[in-house]
Amino acid sequence: MNAPGGRAPNRVRGVGQSRLVRSLGLVVLAGVVFFLASETLGAYDDLQLASGAYYFAVLAGLTVLTGTSGQISLGHGALMAVGAYTLCLLVGNEHWAIAPALLAAVAVSAVVGTAVGAAATRLRGPYLAGATLAFAVGLPALADKYPSTFGGENGLVINPPTPPSWLGASFPLERWEAWIAGIGALVVMFAIGNLLKSGVGRAFRAVRDDEIAASLCGLHVGRVQTLAFVLSAACAGLGGGLLAVVLQLAAPGAFELQLSLSLLTAIVLGGLGTLMGAIWGAAVLVLLPNWTNDLAHSFSLSTQVSDNLPLALYGLVLIVAMLVWPSGVQGALRRIAGGLRRSPSVQG
Amino acid sequence: MTRFIDLTLNGISTGAVYAAVALALVLIWRATRIVNFAQGGMLMVTTFIASAVIGSSGSYWLGFAVALAAGLVLGAVIELVLIRRVESGPPLNAVIVALGLLILLEAGAGMIWGNTPRSFPPAFSIRGYDVGGTRLLFSPNDTFTVLVVLGVAAGLAVLFRGTALGLRMRAAALAPEVARMLGVRVGRMFTLGWACAAFVGSLAGLLVAPSVFVGPNQFDPILIFGFTAAVLGGLDSPGGAVIGGIVLGLALSYVSGYEGASLVTLAALVVLIAVLMIRPGGLFSSGRERRV
Repeated sequence: MNAPGGRAPNRVRGVGQSRLVRSLGLVVLAGVVFFLASETLGAYDDLQLASGAYYFAVLAGLTVLTGTSGQISLGHGALMAVGAYTLCLLVGNEHWAIAPALLAAVAVSAVVGTAVGAAATRLRGPYLAGATLAFAVGLPALADKYPSTFGGENGLVINPPTPPSWLGASFPLERWEAWIAGIGALVVMFAIGNLLKSGVGRAFRAVRDDEIAASLCGLHVGRVQTLAFVLSAACAGLGGGLLAVVLQLAAPGAFELQLSLSLLTAIVLGGLGTLMGAIWGAAVLVLLPNWTNDLAHSFSLSTQVSDNLPLALYGLVLIVAMLVWPSGVQGALRRIAGGLRRSPSVQG
Repeated sequence: MTRFIDLTLNGISTGAVYAAVALALVLIWRATRIVNFAQGGMLMVTTFIASAVIGSSGSYWLGFAVALAAGLVLGAVIELVLIRRVESGPPLNAVIVALGLLILLEAGAGMIWGNTPRSFPPAFSIRGYDVGGTRLLFSPNDTFTVLVVLGVAAGLAVLFRGTALGLRMRAAALAPEVARMLGVRVGRMFTLGWACAAFVGSLAGLLVAPSVFVGPNQFDPILIFGFTAAVLGGLDSPGGAVIGGIVLGLALSYVSGYEGASLVTLAALVVLIAVLMIRPGGLFSSGRERRV
């Protein structure tokens, strides 16, 4: 899909069009699968599907940032918070419709991402990790500082979205929420999928692999890195806005450091650098807590043990997965699919 | 004025704990180029061990010694069993393994000791000194904390600069291949680095436990501020870790005292960004950080 150093850039018009048609086809296919799943699943599973969709939107952004442009961020939970609070303020106080409010959430988090990204281009590795970690921990404090605007610890609450009347009076709310989140995720999938294969995606990879060579080719390294940060911030803002639509809530407790860390974990676990990896990552984020919970409560253990067992299993899965699948679920699948013809490639 | 002095003294003693955690992170960064997020879980486990030993034997100093020894062993075992397998892989994988270990240790401690935080005795009195009729916000125990951390930092400086073992550890970290050719047991040096770091980390846990209590998640803020302090000072510099810890401790103490405790994390962000914008590799970077 994105073999580094693969084909030369192909600017033939027909090829570009067929690429667009092909990715549009994939997105339509994903949409049909999503639609059928939401139709057959119950209310609870529709909510899970919705959360999988908004996590995918964020993880697709991290695919651009960490997988393709090679920057680490421990702060994308805070960028989700920016999107969620923007949406709740506009929908709750200003009575905006959801679609324009989501666009505004994307715009505001992109602006915040521009500031963070511009600062981030000067930083490398652990220094960038430290700065974005401080961002993730520090930003939610604003909700406490200005409780009249941001609602303090309790956060902001909005009314649930109402399904349009032509869907019928008995159309379940959870399915409507899943559709909203799903449409957002499909838009991200189409945009990022095309971007990764375009010249911009190549610029990201060039900067990740060798900054000096990239700047010798005429790329402005700082600008490329900032662009990657802005794009991923916009995706995080959309994901956060969708989260606020699904949960009807934006509160500091939902955007603590754990969220940022589990986003990074999910993208590495899913497989860095491809949209399929982001899909696996979103599935891990939604399904793994359920599975570990079910497993923990299927034994008759003391509450002290069974309350902590899901977390312990989660930690164990992270460690074992990194030892067994160093390039994530997608990397493992590709290795199986590739068989013995190629030696497994490990990203740098 | 008294308030300013109180806040300054308080900042120095909390800063000393951040400095100790930062030192632990710097030691591991220098040895194996990994940011050890599991440090918070490791020092939590050793402090729980100290708490158990103190509870059953009644002796504070026995618990203190056992925790430090447990730190040495835990650090070495983690490096040998887990970290060695991800050291040469992509750096993010090591970060994820460290995060997984943090979660596993915290959940494991919750299973064994429960999630309710418990109190922990201080080494010395926590009654502030009486100076001219006013009681300062600085106690004999705070003096102990500051002296121990400064002593450890000095000891590490002597180890790295003044001994053959320290030279071998630095060589193994800076140029593993060359060091190996010259007969340094590089793997053993990495294990030793992790053991030293876990030792310093368990010390930080013991020093801070009386004020934050012992529980599976009680040390998370210490880890975050310790990491912030390490980045502030420069991850390659033990001296920078100490200065970074004290600077952060002072800044957070002033902000918390004059503006309110809720702004502390925001203040940490502002301080860190301000320093990194001027010096992207931390206060004490050697200037080689931007080498590509």
